[in-house]
Amino acid sequence: MRNILIIAKRELGGYFATPLAYIFIAIFAALTSAFAFYLGGFFERGQADLKPFFDHHPWLLVLLVPSLAMRLWAEERKSGSIELLMTLPITTTEAVIGKFLAAWMMMAIALAVTAPMWITVNYLGSPDNGVILAAYFGSWLLSGAFLAIGAAISATTKNQVIAFVLATAVCFVFVMSGLEAVLQAFDSWLPKFVIVAISSMSYLNHYDQLAKGVVEARAIMFFFTMIAIWLFANVVIIDQKKTT
Amino acid sequence: MTDHIVLNQLTKMFGHLCAVDCITLRVKRGEVLGFIGPNGAGKSTTMKMATGFLIPDSGSVEICGASMIKDEKKAKRFIGYLPEGAPAYGDMTPFTFLRFISDIRGYGSSETLSRIDKAVDRAELGGVIHQRIETLSKGFKRRVGLAQAILHEPPVLILDEPTDGLDPNQKFHVRSLIKEISSDTAIVISTHILEEVEAVCSRTVLIDRGQVVFDGTPGELQALDRKHNAMVVRVHTNHAAEIKSLLEALGSVKQVEENTHVNGVVTLTAIASNTGAIAADVAEAVAGADLRVEEITINPGRLDEVFRDLTTSDTRSDNA
Repeated sequence: MRNILIIAKRELGGYFATPLAYIFIAIFAALTSAFAFYLGGFFERGQADLKPFFDHHPWLLVLLVPSLAMRLWAEERKSGSIELLMTLPITTTEAVIGKFLAAWMMMAIALAVTAPMWITVNYLGSPDNGVILAAYFGSWLLSGAFLAIGAAISATTKNQVIAFVLATAVCFVFVMSGLEAVLQAFDSWLPKFVIVAISSMSYLNHYDQLAKGVVEARAIMFFFTMIAIWLFANVVIIDQKKTT
Repeated sequence: MTDHIVLNQLTKMFGHLCAVDCITLRVKRGEVLGFIGPNGAGKSTTMKMATGFLIPDSGSVEICGASMIKDEKKAKRFIGYLPEGAPAYGDMTPFTFLRFISDIRGYGSSETLSRIDKAVDRAELGGVIHQRIETLSKGFKRRVGLAQAILHEPPVLILDEPTDGLDPNQKFHVRSLIKEISSDTAIVISTHILEEVEAVCSRTVLIDRGQVVFDGTPGELQALDRKHNAMVVRVHTNHAAEIKSLLEALGSVKQVEENTHVNGVVTLTAIASNTGAIAADVAEAVAGADLRVEEITINPGRLDEVFRDLTTSDTRSDNA
């Protein structure tokens, strides 16, 4: 546990040592707000809630989160510092979780920076703050599940661009698998249980539950399971590379 | 006393290429082992397996009695490692980087500071500890890596090309540092700078194509040179032929090579049969002839000659 925190601390420091953290946070805040106002019709709806704000999160996160995750391992491989890290007296699991937590903390900070949106709706009306809190929590879980995918893919390469493109594609699949249009495309030629399996893997469906304020154990468990699976894959990939 | 580093029949394949072929090595405390060999001979791969970065296909690694496979974390605690190219986190400063290493090594905050002080002092990083590592010169980066490796004063130190990219003063400093800590440490240094082997190593292991081809002291390696103990005699051109025939007449001389003519002076190299000592014979013969000789020196043998003999001979036959 101690080692996980030390690694997370170093990694989080790494984000802030370069303009990366500030640019990411600024872009995240700008895009989420812009989507809420222009695409979501924040004012036009005449309702004091943050639905237009949270509705677009999956689509933004699918692009932004891989940009946060791509450096986690690819950069270490490129610079060779992975050799230093992995010959220190730590386990692969500690390194994987530490790095993941650092990136996840970055997401928490980025989400926290959008708090003026929340303050604004409270000023304009009296929204259900429980729903908003649940939605924030859901968005954070969703970003964690994307991050875990991005981290595992980052471990496979030393090229950050490849890591970004692949992670975005995989994250996209996990979002799309919940859309009716996509499921219909499979409907004609895949058995029913496969369709159900595909849609049950969808990040979108589970996120929507939380964004609506429905804090279900099932949705929370889903995201934590996804994170665990991808982090496990991350550990396997790192260990696998030691034998080749 | 048990050996600090035990590599037992290490083998590593990269696809069809056998990078390390059944290498067995034991290194004791107090030994400075110079690991030499041509590029691609398997030096770095062996070090990566010794430090647990790569897992061998077969064979075992034990560091101070701890198995690198069964008890990885414990074994890694005993090692200070400078990987090839001295990688570090470029966005950190040497100070924050060393603090991170110290945290991982489990030191409390007061001990961390004293250890960083000592390592910074030993690696002579004083002036740059608050500059970002990526802005430092190659020599400083290498020393940051070195400071990181010696921070916890490990019983086993593995350094992959520690003086690569350093200027002669810095090389001298790193070598003195290695000598300073060598008495209670088992040290392995890989290098392709042969003068380094003579300067700091008590033992040298030459590997070629994944196999150990020589294991002994640098002196013993030098003695393998066919010109070991040869006498180099420099005489005026006028007397060259006469002296040459005198030397050739000696029973202990196998062959005399006539090398360079510079400013009317010829260099004759009398190669000893069986690389034995022939200094007395040669001196006597030359003195008896009553001819003016400019200079007589003993050739101790050259490591680079032996290196070439031991490592290129089979490559050639392989390529043929």
